Amino acid sequence: MARITMREAISQALWEEMERDPKVFIMGEEVGLWGGTYAVTKGFYDHFGADRVRDTPIAEAAIIGGAIGAALTGLRPVAELMTINFAFSAFDHIVNQAAKMHMMFGGQMVLPLVIRAVGGGGRQLGATHSQTPDAIFAHFPGLKVVAPGTPADAKGLLKAAIRSQDPLLFIEHATLYQTRGEVPEGDYIVPIGKSTVARPGKDVTIVTYSKMLEISLKAAETLAKEGIEAEIVDLRSLRPLDMDPVIESFKKTNRAVVVEEGWKSFGIGSEIAARIYEEAFDYVDAPVKRVAQTEVPLPYNHTLEQMMLPKVEDVISAVKEVL
Amino acid sequence: MAEIVAMPKLGFDMAEGTLVRWVIAEGGEVTKGAVLAEIETDKATVEVESSAGGILYRQLVAEGTAVPVGTPIAVIAAPGEEVKDLPETGLEAEGAVPVAAVEEKKAPDEKTGAAESAGQKAEAPEVPAAQPAQVAPEGGALRASPLARRIAQENNLNLNQVTGTGPSGRITRKDVEKALLGAPAVVTPAAAPLRPVTAAATLPAPSWEPGAPVPADERQPIAKLRSIIGRRMVESKQQVPHFYITSAYDVAPLMELRKQINLQLPEESKLSVNDFIIKAAALTLRQFPNINASLTDKEIVRHGHVNIGVAVAMDSGLMTVVCKDADQKPLRTISQEVRDMAVRARAGKVRPDDIEGSTFSISNLGMFDVEHFVAIINPPEAAILAVGSAQNVPVVIDGEVKVGMRMKATLSADHRITDGAEAARFMQALAGFIENPLRLML
Repeated sequence: MARITMREAISQALWEEMERDPKVFIMGEEVGLWGGTYAVTKGFYDHFGADRVRDTPIAEAAIIGGAIGAALTGLRPVAELMTINFAFSAFDHIVNQAAKMHMMFGGQMVLPLVIRAVGGGGRQLGATHSQTPDAIFAHFPGLKVVAPGTPADAKGLLKAAIRSQDPLLFIEHATLYQTRGEVPEGDYIVPIGKSTVARPGKDVTIVTYSKMLEISLKAAETLAKEGIEAEIVDLRSLRPLDMDPVIESFKKTNRAVVVEEGWKSFGIGSEIAARIYEEAFDYVDAPVKRVAQTEVPLPYNHTLEQMMLPKVEDVISAVKEVL
Repeated sequence: MAEIVAMPKLGFDMAEGTLVRWVIAEGGEVTKGAVLAEIETDKATVEVESSAGGILYRQLVAEGTAVPVGTPIAVIAAPGEEVKDLPETGLEAEGAVPVAAVEEKKAPDEKTGAAESAGQKAEAPEVPAAQPAQVAPEGGALRASPLARRIAQENNLNLNQVTGTGPSGRITRKDVEKALLGAPAVVTPAAAPLRPVTAAATLPAPSWEPGAPVPADERQPIAKLRSIIGRRMVESKQQVPHFYITSAYDVAPLMELRKQINLQLPEESKLSVNDFIIKAAALTLRQFPNINASLTDKEIVRHGHVNIGVAVAMDSGLMTVVCKDADQKPLRTISQEVRDMAVRARAGKVRPDDIEGSTFSISNLGMFDVEHFVAIINPPEAAILAVGSAQNVPVVIDGEVKVGMRMKATLSADHRITDGAEAARFMQALAGFIENPLRLML
């Protein structure tokens, strides 16, 4: 198995799906001639041509609106948003149109639309370009929300997303593109809506996803040296949310920490904690602890920015608090 | 025509009962046999049934009043009837003390430690300052995780007796597991033998940590039944000159006969060893009227009826239910009656008839693997029989040691009524029935 970066894994998935299905095409800002802001689609323009790798104006509403139209007419668009922060410009198209059309019109049409969006902070892009609004999008029924934490999951989930009949937001973390990992070659599919145990343990359950998986795994390594074995559940998909591995793990450990990069209030951790209390109340031995970003607009200053984002030490101390 | 309901006499020695609660209000419709009120006697809380149908015309005594036996407590009249001459209870003139009312008023103060006045506060028990949150009343501010609560419940563990070591003194799984595996003192008396807490729980290495937290002392108010038992037993042990006779009976034939009989009976009506003892004692008492007797101030009353009181253990204490005329009843009737009364007693639904009129008592601890013990006489009775377990023991038969089945029983008798020789003859005669159990069937 090849050890490749997440950037390469995503690129591979796109390439393979475009080769496999001529209905798959890409549209977005700088995706064509430039090869993508994060260089994911480098070489695609030359290989697949301008029809299937379409550069668009800097107009997110137009990108998503156009992609919805293309999906309704039978194509399989993969629309790229340079950052998820720009999805707010296309918010109505995403949550009011794409998420609702299939059910609102009695299932007359399907919307096989994938929106790739780059999320997360830590790259000094300022408060308006560094957010993690994943929970906002996961709130809406009708829109799948997927956020991989490893290169292999990125490839497998993106291929599954492109083949899905539903509108789907695929969130790639800006600081994970360089992360390397074993990625199966060829047609590797990871089903959407399946959480997975990323690290087995017995003392505490850490529930996380995306970039925070990396942080949690590092925290678990340190904790293991102190004799604390954390079990890490990677959600991978926020909607549909697969709680089974979480509940199963919690029933074993009776303690949980949820680690997310977004803000705590009304966030992923709130949802997971509530579900644990609802589904495993009699197994609760300590309150579920949430680790999240400090509730301020993320500063530009590097030191301040790093202070606000969840760190390995935050996870370690949260684990120790629930033990 | 108006009917007077009086405080019933529910035992030979019952002088008065406290009317705890009126079940039917004045003006309420009453059928014959309907429960009018609840009264508390020395032995139990029982229900008073109406002797007539009609309207409860008047309640003659207030709730909480101690009422002498035979005193009118209620008037039942026909609907629309005017009753002119209401009976006098004479209670007010004698300054009857509403016992229960006083006690009920005091109880909440003792629980919370709160008091209305400084004078009362001085009487309230001190709550040790060192006791943390876990002494809070049930359902109150006791801090325990849901998991800890569940494990405690499954293992019949009282969380009030567990020390929490979590944040703010919260009791967590760790604390409960430690309590379950640790000192048996933290387990409530009714608890079943310890079971593994969860599949994951394993027995820790034996350890002792100096200064490790131990459960705080628990202070419980003395319940009514407990205090009655205490008072009566002190009275009996101090005033009645007890003497004791112990005999060992060969119960192999009885056990064999019981086995044979029970093979023929459905599960719910199988005979207990005690049923045989009741019958045997009753038949023996018929031959010993001086032991089936009570002592009053002036005379010894030799009872015509042989009514056997059977001690029933309950969570809240001990109660004696009475099998009437046990010398005349078939074993299966005795068994069924005692079983029914014990169930009612444990459910707190004992009837006056269940507990009144015993002339002799039996306390059987045989089911607890007890070799033998001595019991305290239940006044004013002359004697009580304490029965141990049937056990396989070495016995000498024809000069050889063999395995025999023996059961020891000890008679406690009142020396003011009877003497050692008579009591010993009673025990000998009892052997005639216990060791020849077919005689119990004839």
